[in-house]
Amino acid sequence: MPWWLELIRAIVGTIILFTGVAVVAAMFGVLLERKISGWMQSRLGPKHVGPQGLLQTLADTLKLLQKENIVPHRADRAIFATAVIVVPLAALLDYVVIPFGTTRWGPLIFRDLNVGVVYFAATSSLVVVGILMAGWGSNNKYALLGGLRSAAQMVSYEIPMGLSLITVALMAGSLSTVTIVNAQAGLWYIVAQPVAFLVFLTAATAEVNRVPFDLVEAESELVAGYFSEYSGMRFALFQLGEYGEMFAMAGMAVTLFLGGWRGPVLPPVLWFVIKLYALIFVFMWVRWTYPRFRIDQLLNFSWKVLIPVSLLNLVATAFVVMVMHR
Amino acid sequence: MSGEAIAFYVLAAVTLGSGVVVVTSPNVVHSAVALVPTFLGVTGIYVLLSAEFVAVIQVLIYAGAITVLILFVIMLTEGGTGIRARQRNEQGAIGAAVAAAMAGLLIAVAVRTPWARLPGTLPTYTPGAIGQSFLGPNLLVFEGTSVVLLVSLVGAIVIARKEE
Amino acid sequence: MPALTHYLVLSALLFCLGLFAVVTRRNGVAILMGIELMLNAANVNLVAFNKFAAPGAMQGQVFALIVITLAACEAAVGLALVLAAYRSLETVYVDEINVMKW
Repeated sequence: MPWWLELIRAIVGTIILFTGVAVVAAMFGVLLERKISGWMQSRLGPKHVGPQGLLQTLADTLKLLQKENIVPHRADRAIFATAVIVVPLAALLDYVVIPFGTTRWGPLIFRDLNVGVVYFAATSSLVVVGILMAGWGSNNKYALLGGLRSAAQMVSYEIPMGLSLITVALMAGSLSTVTIVNAQAGLWYIVAQPVAFLVFLTAATAEVNRVPFDLVEAESELVAGYFSEYSGMRFALFQLGEYGEMFAMAGMAVTLFLGGWRGPVLPPVLWFVIKLYALIFVFMWVRWTYPRFRIDQLLNFSWKVLIPVSLLNLVATAFVVMVMHR
Repeated sequence: MSGEAIAFYVLAAVTLGSGVVVVTSPNVVHSAVALVPTFLGVTGIYVLLSAEFVAVIQVLIYAGAITVLILFVIMLTEGGTGIRARQRNEQGAIGAAVAAAMAGLLIAVAVRTPWARLPGTLPTYTPGAIGQSFLGPNLLVFEGTSVVLLVSLVGAIVIARKEE
Repeated sequence: MPALTHYLVLSALLFCLGLFAVVTRRNGVAILMGIELMLNAANVNLVAFNKFAAPGAMQGQVFALIVITLAACEAAVGLALVLAAYRSLETVYVDEINVMKW
């Protein structure tokens, strides 16, 4: 393929991915969150815009688009403005290696990298740079505290997440996500690797800064954490990055542990979406059920529980794989 | 010009351009943030050199971890107050001369040496080949690195800990 | 099609940027950033030689990975040192850290 065709393919793919993530993940995700929180707290949630409030986030987005972008006094303007791009971009990069389904022409994936799983770990670790930039650039103590907390938290939880990713790659004998899904034809890895699945889900919750690990944007102590000072469309872009990251984590969990697009009768893409939303529901369920950790509990939990457990799991898996290959 | 050449020049421009910002910016935070595009540019260079595994590890370790560590330390030490402080010592002119001389020397050597080429092709699945190499001919280096990693882990904790 | 020389020149320029930072910067953290640039330049060299000079062996990429690992160690220890110096001497400027004992 000539290089300019590749370039056009990449640009078109990026636009499709961006719209997809913006509509499916951010807009529908926010609506779902409000509906589920309403349901769990015995209220109705958004109800007036569109049928059953379906168009509520669309209206919110339009409102945010028209708002003024306020830059705080003596903020670091360059960093303040760049951080907005870094966070959604890093979230968007995660989607390159997630296979959404399969068609007659091969798996539906942006690019089946032969280092897919490590690539996912790498790009999801880029978000923290954007968060630190936002916290620093805002010239606001709450934002800075939120940014620093997030750096400590995400760096700690990347390790158990990486270890559980490696465990699955070890089982499948490949780092490519498509191969991993194909290796789950007989048995989903959630059955073979329940520990890795739980560790991944916990670490993913921490990586996307959701309750019970939402120290970064703890409303009662830090206003909105690192994006306290952002308004208008910039605020919306942070929301997009956050929900995009959450959907990417859920998509990766589906790919690695729930057999990806595999399932009987229904078309593959539909299976993927069903599993994705089931996991998203778990994330939201946890958010509206559990209270928040303290920062020391949070770091202790990662370093003293999750990392040893996932290391032991990795060693045990490696041993079993070695014995089976003999 | 082929696509690969265009990609090389774009990536080189990104790497060196943000490298200049890293080196010259009077604001340390800007320097640290400019490290990210520098590292990502080098990542692209690795991809061009068909070293995908090194490229992802570069993003994971450099862009994702070391930059964050550097930003963290800047914010824990002087942070924004450093904007008013002098960032450059008196050796600006000498340093520039030394760097330019070094660059001239290296480039002259790189251009004038007729580089030999051994036979063979790059394996298509590099992570597997790297793993084989680490657990085969390079096992001693691998073990040595892991010992250094452990020592530096302990050392960093001991040094950075507050005395009670 | 960029040849080996292109990559070597790029790496030489990157190395000298790092060298300039190490020689002229006063802030300990900025000096560490310069060192990171120099290590990256060395890595570009290693990987380029792997592809163009000895494609059969993986030595270049293997060594690049080891350098990345050691760079992470160096950053952790170096930044811990800067932090410790800031605690006891209240400065991160290396030319102000000029007492052997405190």
